[in-house]
Amino acid sequence: MSADVIKIGGKASRFLDKVKGILPDNGNLDLCLTCGMCSSGCPATGLAGLDPRKFLRMAVLGLDDEILKTKWAWMCTMCQRCIYVCPMKIDIPQLIFNVRNAWPRAERPKGILGSCDFALKTEGCSAMGATSEDFDFVVNDVLEEYQEAQPEFKDMQAPIDKQGAEFFLNQNSREPVTEPDEMVPLWKILHLAGVSWTYGSKGWGGENYCLFLADNDGWKHIVQTATDQTHQLGCRTYLNTE
Amino acid sequence: MKVKFTVQDPCQIVRKSYGDPIAEDLRFVVKSVVGEENFVDMAPNRSNNYCCGGGGGFLQSGHYEERRLYGRLKDEQIKATGADYCIAGCHNCHAQIHDLSEHYKGHYGVVHLWTLLCLSLGILGPNEREYLKDDLKDVRVFHPESAM
Ligand code: SF4
Ligand code: SF4
Repeated sequence: MSADVIKIGGKASRFLDKVKGILPDNGNLDLCLTCGMCSSGCPATGLAGLDPRKFLRMAVLGLDDEILKTKWAWMCTMCQRCIYVCPMKIDIPQLIFNVRNAWPRAERPKGILGSCDFALKTEGCSAMGATSEDFDFVVNDVLEEYQEAQPEFKDMQAPIDKQGAEFFLNQNSREPVTEPDEMVPLWKILHLAGVSWTYGSKGWGGENYCLFLADNDGWKHIVQTATDQTHQLGCRTYLNTE
Repeated sequence: MKVKFTVQDPCQIVRKSYGDPIAEDLRFVVKSVVGEENFVDMAPNRSNNYCCGGGGGFLQSGHYEERRLYGRLKDEQIKATGADYCIAGCHNCHAQIHDLSEHYKGHYGVVHLWTLLCLSLGILGPNEREYLKDDLKDVRVFHPESAM
C-alpha cells in the first residue's frame, strides 16, 4: 500500500511557473476545483491513461519527471475546449505547449519535427519541402490549363507576388504537391467575387508545424516570413485558409 | 436529391479565434449552398464543438492508434447526424475526418467548402471532384469534355 503513495517533490513545477509567468492572471493554474468538466468533454481523456485534470494535478504536485515521460502532451490537440468549459478558465493547453517545449528537440515526434524543419529550409515555409520555384511552376501550369479548358475563366489569375493586392492568400502545401486541381475552386470563387489577391514567393505555406512542435524560434520565423512578405507587397489582409 | 450535410466547426477558426458569430456565418454559407432542409448540425457544436483530433500536430505525431481513438467521438457525432457528407473548412480537419470515415467505416464523404460553393454555382469541373462521392460526382459537371 505505502509503496503506491506518490512522492511529491516538494518543489514547485517548472512548467507551472513558466505558464504562470507568461499568462495574465497566472493562467489561473492554481484555481482548479478538480470538478472534472475539462476531462469529461476532452476527446483525449483516457489516452495514455491520462486526462486534462490529471495532467494538471501532476503539474501542481510538481511531478515534472512523470510529465515528461508520458506522451500525452502530444495527444492533446490544444483545442481549448477544456478552457471553454472550465469554471475557472484554466489554461491547460498552454501548460501542454510548455511541456512539449521542454522535450529535447530531437526527441519530439519525428513527423512534426520533419515538417517543421522542411518549413525552415524553404523560403515558402512549406512543411512538405516544396520549393518556391516548384510552387510557381505548378500554379501557372494549372492556371493555364484551366484558362484554356474552361474559357469562361480565361481571365482568371493566380498571381504570385502581385504588388498592391488587397489580400495575401496562403496555401497549404498539400494541394500544389499532391492534388493541384484542388487549388482551382478557390481561385474561381475569388475571381467571380472580383477579389484582388496574391500568393507570395516567400511564406506562402499555410501550415506551421513548428508551432505544434513548440519550437518558438521556428514558428516565429514562419509567421515573420509571411507577415514580412505581406507588408512588402503592400497587402492589407493576410488570408489564412487553414 | 436528399443528400444531407453536416459541418465541422474548426477549433482554430471558431472557438480559438472568432467565436460563435463566425460559426453562424459558416452556417449561413453552408445552408445557402446545400439548402436549409439538407443541413443537420452535430451536437455539441459551434464553440462547444469537439476537436476532430487532427489538430495540434496529431496527424504527424506518429500516434495513429491514439489519434483515431481521439477521433472516435467525432466519428460518432457525424454518424448520429445521418449526414452523407461532413464539410471541413480546415486542412487538418479534412485529413483527419476523411481518415475517420474510412477507418470506422462511416462512408460519409468529407468535402472542402470551396468544392460545394463551386458545385452550387455550376462551375465545378470534372477534375475538381476528388472528394465527391458517386451521388454527386456527375451532378452539374462544368466542361465535362475536359475530364482527365
Ligand atoms: S474544468 Fe477547470 S476547475 Fe474543473 S477540473 Fe478541469 S481545470 Fe480544474
Ligand atoms: S486542449 Fe487538450 S486537454 Fe483541453 S480539451 Fe482539448 S485535447 Fe483536451
